Amino acid sequence: MNKPGARFARWVVGGPPFVFLLLFFALPALIMVLASFRYPGEFGGLASLFPLTGSDETGLTAENYQVFVSDWIYSQIFLKSFGVAALTTLICLVMAYPLALLIARSPKKHRDLMVLLVILPFASNFLVRVYAWMIILGPFDLLFSRFAVILGMIYVHLPFMILPLYINLEKHDPTLLDAAQDLGANIWHRFWKVTFPLSLSGVFSGSALVFIPVLGMFAIPEILGGKDDWLVGNMIKESFLSTRDWPFGSMLSLMLTIAVLAVAGIAMWFARRGTRDA
Amino acid sequence: MALLEIRNVTRRFGALTAIDNVSIDIEAGEFFTLLGPSGCGKTTLLRMIAGFDQPDSGAISLDGKDMADTPPEQRPIHTVFQSYALFPHMMVADNIAFPLRMAGKSADEIAAKVREMLDIVHLPDKADHFPHELSGGQKQRVALARSLVNRPRMLLLDEPLGALDAKLREEMQVELISLQRDIGITFVFVTHSQAEALALSHRIAVMNAGRVEQLDAPSRIYGFPKNRFVADFIGNCNLLDARVQTVSGNTLMLESAGLGTFSAPAREGIVAGARGVLALRPEMVQIFASGAPGAPELSNRFHGAVKELVYVGNVTTYMVTLDNGLKIETLLPNSGSGRVRFFEIGDSVQIAWRPDAGHFVVD
Repeated sequence: MNKPGARFARWVVGGPPFVFLLLFFALPALIMVLASFRYPGEFGGLASLFPLTGSDETGLTAENYQVFVSDWIYSQIFLKSFGVAALTTLICLVMAYPLALLIARSPKKHRDLMVLLVILPFASNFLVRVYAWMIILGPFDLLFSRFAVILGMIYVHLPFMILPLYINLEKHDPTLLDAAQDLGANIWHRFWKVTFPLSLSGVFSGSALVFIPVLGMFAIPEILGGKDDWLVGNMIKESFLSTRDWPFGSMLSLMLTIAVLAVAGIAMWFARRGTRDA
Repeated sequence: MALLEIRNVTRRFGALTAIDNVSIDIEAGEFFTLLGPSGCGKTTLLRMIAGFDQPDSGAISLDGKDMADTPPEQRPIHTVFQSYALFPHMMVADNIAFPLRMAGKSADEIAAKVREMLDIVHLPDKADHFPHELSGGQKQRVALARSLVNRPRMLLLDEPLGALDAKLREEMQVELISLQRDIGITFVFVTHSQAEALALSHRIAVMNAGRVEQLDAPSRIYGFPKNRFVADFIGNCNLLDARVQTVSGNTLMLESAGLGTFSAPAREGIVAGARGVLALRPEMVQIFASGAPGAPELSNRFHGAVKELVYVGNVTTYMVTLDNGLKIETLLPNSGSGRVRFFEIGDSVQIAWRPDAGHFVVD
């Protein structure tokens, strides 16, 4: 194919999704950034950018960021959310790894079925599954607690850890384990010196797929969590829907995005370092 | 006592008998080769020696100690895998250090031994390279270094040269021979290439369908094949079906249907009436023009026509069809300057061989 033709084909294929993301992701994100520097409107929405009669809350302001920095409570909720997300990710990893390994080492004909079983919960509605936990946990007096929140988070996000781990582990060359054993490695060393280091990219992508959604999740803490045990997601939702302070909500979600990007960046750096050529 | 004793080992996979009552002794310091076509059981046997598989019956012992309860990681036997199986996430030095680390050696000792091994395999400047940065031959050397660094009692090599191109393969053959001689570790080499086996080994076990067909030095395997399979599998060989007519002194008189009679060297145990096959190497068969007298000692002489010829540089191979339809392969060295063909396709020729050439194998 000649060069201009190839370029045209690339635009035909890549253009529509690009335009879609530009219109419905990049542009709204930009609007959010701007909104976070504005005043709230009287009944939700945003106040006018231009001075109008009877209101001095017009134009741009950094007030939302000042509130966020000056009041310790917001950082606390952020930290708590990070803690919950980190714990959920860790528990998911510990639970998912053996299962992913089991699937990856099963005979080929059984693997597809096992993967299907892992993603089967997605066939029923997310909220229905979370409400189901209310029925399960209620009689044990475990409902509306941090425990219930983390349990719900793990339950919902476990497949997102299993799948990338499985995809990674399935590609491992079994001869490497034979070689390690042949050269004197017992089962412990075979795992920690060969299997685990080679699976790091899967560990990191699985962790990102769990950590990031858990960080912003509001439905599970709202349904299963204690009354005042808020996470960032609840705070953002509350800002938009209850207190109707859109600029403040925009600021919070922007801060969350920055925090997530920072975590993802660090994780990627580690992943690169750990699996330079795996 | 042999270093490794394989005693009446049998291994079955379902209905298939992969190894059928095999007994082999491998001596210390030997370069021993298991040779056979794919599926003959040689890799299964190798895996049992390494400990990755267990015999259904029979025993394998190393230094007189039965290995049945010793897992691979505890056997002083290392393997060079066909795919090399280098750890992709470790640099060359860490790959080579792996068995030493597993054995809990000190950092100083590890560093010294890794350096020594890198020198032995001629890769002193590749210590901090990753496997994917190496060529096939270099990977091969790293795999060898890794398997030899803590001086195993025995090194198993599973078709290690299979993935290399022809020229590199020849270079590695020479290196393997000198490496084995220099470090004195017993090598057990698995291959389907008879040329590789003949070039490298002190002794060869020719395997077929789970059995050892012949266990001998390379020259004896080539010169005195024990049966039809070995004769056919090792090198190019003319196989003339024949029946023993008479035995007189050290000469057999053989008769082949449609061809007539010819003589061959006798051996103990061959009696008149026995049926079998005369294994006759192409280089033993002479070819000359049909009118030419030929040397008088070439008493086995037949007429035929050149059917095909293949020029391979140092020699030209001629396929001659005899009057009875039998095909005989023969070769002529291209010794004359610039002369590459003595005969053309369709030429009427004579082929002949000495009465002491060839090796009669009783079926």
